[in-house]
Amino acid sequence: MSINWFKYSSPQTFYPLAGKMTPWFNWIAGILAVVGLYWGFFETPHILSEQKQYYRILFVHVPAAWMSMWLYLMMVGWAVVGLIFNTRLSFMMAASIAPSGAIFTFLTLWTGAFWGQTSWGTWWDWDPRMTSELILLFLYVGYMALQSAIDDTRRADRASALLALVGAICIPIIYWSVNCPDPNECTALHQQSSMSAVEPNIRIAWLIMVFSFWMYAFAIAFMRVRNVILERERNAAWVTELVGRKK
Amino acid sequence: MKPRHKRFTLIAVAIAGLIVASVLVMNALRSNTSYFFSPTRVVANEAPRDRTIRIGGVVKKDSIKRLKGLDMEFIVTDNVADVKVFYSGILPDLFAEEKSVVTKGRLQADGTFKAEQVLAKHDEKYIPPEVAEAMKKAKELKAKSQ
Amino acid sequence: MSLSEFISMGGYGFYVWMSFGMTALLITAEVVYVKHQRKQILRRLQRMAQLNAEV
Repeated sequence: MSINWFKYSSPQTFYPLAGKMTPWFNWIAGILAVVGLYWGFFETPHILSEQKQYYRILFVHVPAAWMSMWLYLMMVGWAVVGLIFNTRLSFMMAASIAPSGAIFTFLTLWTGAFWGQTSWGTWWDWDPRMTSELILLFLYVGYMALQSAIDDTRRADRASALLALVGAICIPIIYWSVNCPDPNECTALHQQSSMSAVEPNIRIAWLIMVFSFWMYAFAIAFMRVRNVILERERNAAWVTELVGRKK
Repeated sequence: MKPRHKRFTLIAVAIAGLIVASVLVMNALRSNTSYFFSPTRVVANEAPRDRTIRIGGVVKKDSIKRLKGLDMEFIVTDNVADVKVFYSGILPDLFAEEKSVVTKGRLQADGTFKAEQVLAKHDEKYIPPEVAEAMKKAKELKAKSQ
Repeated sequence: MSLSEFISMGGYGFYVWMSFGMTALLITAEVVYVKHQRKQILRRLQRMAQLNAEV
């Protein structure tokens, strides 16, 4: 017997499921954050070969940067599923992911500015990776603006899904913007990404923080999608019943 | 105008603004990349003298000279050609000999570079200095044995 | 490591804590906002249900 996945693609069945999963993801995110931060601050060296204690910004900067890109891909994924199968819940998921993605993108730029000021000597530079990350922020904001600009939900969903899909070109650009073959030939301030020369404790703390951010992203997306479901399905019988019971 | 239309116009303007911002941003990136030169290209006279450019490379060993006050000079090299850089100001923490830098400024008539800004680059290594030292030694040993 | 050493982060405390602080602030704000939004939606839907029941 196979699981009926379509059952969970209806807002009515997904609503309680999301509600049940939220606390789990929140707890895991919280515990991982505590462990990751403890490890990152107390089990890691104070001074690196090239950097001093400010390198610890890495424990929020890198996870936030990964999430900013991953969430965008998730958002586009749901939007595309919505465009192809015309499922309401997919569009609701896409709309619920966007604000978190925008927050993580902003955090990437913010923490990057502080790191950049200490290590490189500048808050901001038109470095390819920073520039494309800024455009990613514009894309998230544009997606949300377009969504709220069109009153007809179905049209709003489709238009913003198209915008998100076109903007997805930004993700590979961000990802590959630093790996230019000769560092003296390119203007990038970011160094090549490499896992090879990372002190083991730094790597552990960093990976734990990445998982923590992931779990948080799930939790907050589920929390938000419940709001979106209530709002959009407010005329459905099950919502009226649910609201009646809440009294 | 109905409030609905008003809101739509407002957000349409906002989206147009975002598009314009993106174009401007891409433009900034393009001019930034196209006016970036290696010391070799500077020495070959490929870099313009009438505008701000960037030169990237490595700070040559034993080339940092402190002049009076914050004034200083150093040599940026790509191991092929050298450019002498004058700078007056605060240096980033990572600025050191044999480390990567990006300097922003103007080329002078005598071929030297007057920097307005000096940015340091750090490597992709997140390891303590002792380990880095050990790794460097091991690499040198390996190179010698080959 | 003493508390003051921890806070100063080898002289880079401002940069480190501004980064971690903003992250904590925004994540907290996001959770609070989504919870608040949920309460508002439920309250509004309940009011609508009441109005419908009265008609």
